[in-house]
Amino acid sequence: MEKKNGKRKIYMVIMRGLMGILFIMSYVLVKGIPNITWDLLSTTPSYIDGSIGILPDILNTIYIIIAALAIVIPLGAGAAVYLTEYAGNKKIVSVIEYAAETLSGIPSIIYGLVGMLFFCQFLNMQTSLLAGALTLVIMNLPTVMRTTQESLKTVPQSYREGAFGLGAGKWRMIRTVVLPGCIDGIITGCILSVGRILGESAALLFTAGVAHALNGFFEGLNSSGATLTVALYFYAKERGEFGVAFAIAAILMVLTLLVNLLAMLVGESFKRRRNT
Amino acid sequence: MITVKDLCLWYGNTQALHHINMDIPEKAITALIGPSGCGKSTFLKTLNRMNDLIPGIRITGEVCYNEKNIFSPDVDVNMLRKEIGMVFQKPNPFPMSIYDNIAYGPRTHGITSRVKLDDIVERSLRDAAIWDEVKDRLRKNALGLSGGQQQRLCIARALAVSPDVLLMDEPTSALDPISTSKIEELAISLKEKYTIIIVTHNMQQAVRISDKVAFFLLGEMIEYNDAETIFSMPSDKRTEDYITGRFG
Repeated sequence: MEKKNGKRKIYMVIMRGLMGILFIMSYVLVKGIPNITWDLLSTTPSYIDGSIGILPDILNTIYIIIAALAIVIPLGAGAAVYLTEYAGNKKIVSVIEYAAETLSGIPSIIYGLVGMLFFCQFLNMQTSLLAGALTLVIMNLPTVMRTTQESLKTVPQSYREGAFGLGAGKWRMIRTVVLPGCIDGIITGCILSVGRILGESAALLFTAGVAHALNGFFEGLNSSGATLTVALYFYAKERGEFGVAFAIAAILMVLTLLVNLLAMLVGESFKRRRNT
Repeated sequence: MITVKDLCLWYGNTQALHHINMDIPEKAITALIGPSGCGKSTFLKTLNRMNDLIPGIRITGEVCYNEKNIFSPDVDVNMLRKEIGMVFQKPNPFPMSIYDNIAYGPRTHGITSRVKLDDIVERSLRDAAIWDEVKDRLRKNALGLSGGQQQRLCIARALAVSPDVLLMDEPTSALDPISTSKIEELAISLKEKYTIIIVTHNMQQAVRISDKVAFFLLGEMIEYNDAETIFSMPSDKRTEDYITGRFG
């Protein structure tokens, strides 16, 4: 009897949690979706007309994701390959792994502060999407590195031996046998990073700024620009435009759902491919 | 062809091989037998320096292949492993197509011509007696083959770089009897062109296929002679005890 009661209590707690999540999601969607209009998505904001458009913010988000991934993936995957395949000193490897673990738990505003002092001021990049992207690179490096490393460890030793036995050098072995075997880990790290970049605001407020000018890719990297998340903060806090804020929130939520779904599908398809 | 002189090997502080001396003849099958942990696999892997991959390993003595010590610093390990190929205990095809598995070695050594590769793939698969079974599905993933087929594929893959010597580390221990006998027949047909050194746990296998037999015990080579001599009148008591099944 008592056991049954305990079970019911746990069930209730879980249900309440789920209800909370569902409530937040539907609240945001209900408040946000009516505010999403074609004009909002396709124009730039104008103080003269008093109109608001989030096209620059959408583009800035895409630019910063591309720039950050272009740097963090080779860097993170490269670091993982080095640590698992080359590094001889296992003590240093475990120190680095521990540091990466810790790094991924630091509040993002600290990354923002460091990014601002180092990239924007010390390296003189000013507040720009590039400085923001570089800050995001540091933030996401541990994630990409760890997921790649984990999947490197699942590549069987016998593949490596097979390649060496045929006279392949180390780099060729890694390129042809190891990396294709861990591509799923790299992609998982990549998708997780996209999710984090979409949701990041604190670090970017410091480093990428809040401008809403419409720019091309390279022009954009050199100038200040708000991503969707930062724009949400800006419109809600500085302008009191809660309709726009909720519209952005709804867009972000749908995007996050899609990214997570994609991550799941990719993981599944790789699992299936490995099993056949 | 391969001459081993006073070879000793340590894993850290544990000595795994003690002063091995051996002359391995060309175009014949040499079997290495002995109980588990006697050092026969370690010895085999020393011959193409696959042991280099193990941290904390130390080797003294010489292994001369074509009159040249394979441990001398000017030896290109990758070229050595091309000439002394290896087949492993568990079949380990790469997770790629059958064609790409066979072409892996030649591509590694710089062959890119489509025509040449096609030719090498067919010849290697024929030599490994698996061509008829896979010729219609060369583009299919090699992991879809049965264990015995996978092992013959691995032999074909090793043959594709045209080695002189083939090291086989218990190539049939993970296979069923029918696949085992196919691999044994294959080994016998391959010795016309290649020098084969095979580690085996299976005494009957050694009797069936080998020309020379070396008996290892606790890291020492106890006896090395023609297969007939070893199995009919071994000169050492320990060899006799082992081949008559008194221990092992």
